[in-house]
Amino acid sequence: MTAPVVLSALAVDLAAWFPRHDPQQAPESVYTFAVASAIKMLIVFTLYMLGVALLTLAERKVSAWIQDRRGPNRAGPFGLLQPVADGLKNLMKEEVRPAGADKWLFIIAPMLAFIPAMLVWAVLPLATPLPTPWGLIDMAVATLPVGYLFMLAVSSLGVYGMVLAGWSSNNKYSLLGSLRSSAQMVSYEIALGMSTIPVLLLAGNVSLDAIIAQQAHMGWNVLSLTVAWFIFLVAAFAETNRLPFDLPEAEAELVAGYHTEYSGMKFSMFFIAEYANMATMSGLMAALYFGGWDIPFTQWDNEAPYSVLKTLATLSMFAAKTGVFLFLFMWVRWTLPRFRYDQLMTLGWGIMLPLALGYILVVATATLALDWLGVPRDWRFTMSLLALNVVLTALLLLWGDRGRLVSPASARLDARELARRRARSTVAPSTAMGAPSARVLATASDTEAQQAPAAQEVGA
Amino acid sequence: MTPFYRFQFYLFALMAIGAALLFVTRRSPVSAALWLVNVMFALSGLYVMLDAPFVAAVQVLVYAGAIMVVFIFVVMLLNLGRPGQLPDLREVAPRLGAGVVGIAILANLLAVRRDALPTVALEPHADNVVTPVAELLFSDYLLAFELTSIVLLVAVVGAVVLAKRKAAP
Repeated sequence: MTAPVVLSALAVDLAAWFPRHDPQQAPESVYTFAVASAIKMLIVFTLYMLGVALLTLAERKVSAWIQDRRGPNRAGPFGLLQPVADGLKNLMKEEVRPAGADKWLFIIAPMLAFIPAMLVWAVLPLATPLPTPWGLIDMAVATLPVGYLFMLAVSSLGVYGMVLAGWSSNNKYSLLGSLRSSAQMVSYEIALGMSTIPVLLLAGNVSLDAIIAQQAHMGWNVLSLTVAWFIFLVAAFAETNRLPFDLPEAEAELVAGYHTEYSGMKFSMFFIAEYANMATMSGLMAALYFGGWDIPFTQWDNEAPYSVLKTLATLSMFAAKTGVFLFLFMWVRWTLPRFRYDQLMTLGWGIMLPLALGYILVVATATLALDWLGVPRDWRFTMSLLALNVVLTALLLLWGDRGRLVSPASARLDARELARRRARSTVAPSTAMGAPSARVLATASDTEAQQAPAAQEVGA
Repeated sequence: MTPFYRFQFYLFALMAIGAALLFVTRRSPVSAALWLVNVMFALSGLYVMLDAPFVAAVQVLVYAGAIMVVFIFVVMLLNLGRPGQLPDLREVAPRLGAGVVGIAILANLLAVRRDALPTVALEPHADNVVTPVAELLFSDYLLAFELTSIVLLVAVVGAVVLAKRKAAP
């Protein structure tokens, strides 16, 4: 048999395995499905790893920009090769395993921290389906009917990596850091889950495709569920252990938290996991509250026939939305100070959880009432919910602020409030001003409570 | 069962049994808890193969989270040392009791005839996997559902009361 014969026979086989199909219909052949899935996995994995590597650079660039520096600019143009240099450096470094460490758990902990974050991207719909000669290909690696539940289940596994890292290191700082992180993540996971229930109430389905279709039809959930989005945002910061909730790795107290004993590529894995988690949370926020790949103010992208142009346009839209949230994560990190641990727990259990539960009740009641009033499920429904949300947000801000934050720091306090705050603050104003360590630990409200009397005295 | 499904069934079943055996034989409570997570994942895989993705997702969501709490509890409260220094807490009587219960359950499973099990017709593939579950929960099983809710509520209130109680002076 000559080569052309073999090749033509192979071509016939391939054509039988991957039959041509209407580009606007899902492919019927199992082989097409399997190969398309494999290709999607490869592409998403590659892009994801590349994106995470660039995120570490972006974080340094953003921090430099915020602090009026130049940031890394030696390796490659604009420092673009800096992640490669960092990666090489980490590969070359010696990996240390502390005495008394649990060998296997010490090795798998970094992987367990990283893999769950990446798994969530398997179900996120990235764009409208792509028409190919072999049929219509979904632009999510796996279009699960339980995409939302899968995402919740998988993201709840990320905490295992941190706890195991701390426990297996045989180091008290690591253990304390990991216990903090697990308590924090388990607490905020509840608020996170509860804040997404209203999304399900509106969509009436747990498939992410259905959630995005509902938003494309009715308007983004950030309009109809503003308070839920706010809770999700706060919980997302806590879940990713980013400032202002980065207590697990509070350097001044715990050396570096759960990854104190890690070095070389294993340390790098935790670092990558942090950015992977950020990317995942940003993608989720875009999908659940900002319409996913939906392009606003047009219905062009939501309707068949699908085209390559539509896929590309919606893909860029999703990337842009995710990018905005990634920038927000970095912006907040270089702007806000860290919370104290008891404040973090009080916020999680005392404010976020009741707020999320109450909001579920409000949204359920409002949805029932609007349906009963006969408001059609389109922009009118969203606008009615938006009106409710504006009122709720205003009330929430007024209650949360109680004359502390929105009013300027120089605002005068009445005598009774002043006496109350003086009695409450345990650190005398003069020492708080002088001691930098006390200042770092104090949060916005405490610092202000201590500064306010001083401002008052200066004013008087 | 097609060969594909049969292969997946044996794969996940073996994973579940293997992980369960490792779970009961580990001396370190942390490794044991991790193997238990593995069992839950294998069971979840079996549910997916039974075309019940909702149950599969909830299985991971609820049990992985619950085991995490057990985990923290073990590490934080019991203050267990390294596996080598760990005394065996189990005594002979509970071990025998557990063995008897295990054999009884196994005998029960072996005694049940396959054709005596109820067979359920396959539901047509639905777009919305929550609706069938919700419809049953809020109609036929409403009483059981509400009773379970009350049990959970009582447990939560009890936990809060216990946590709030001041130590006796």
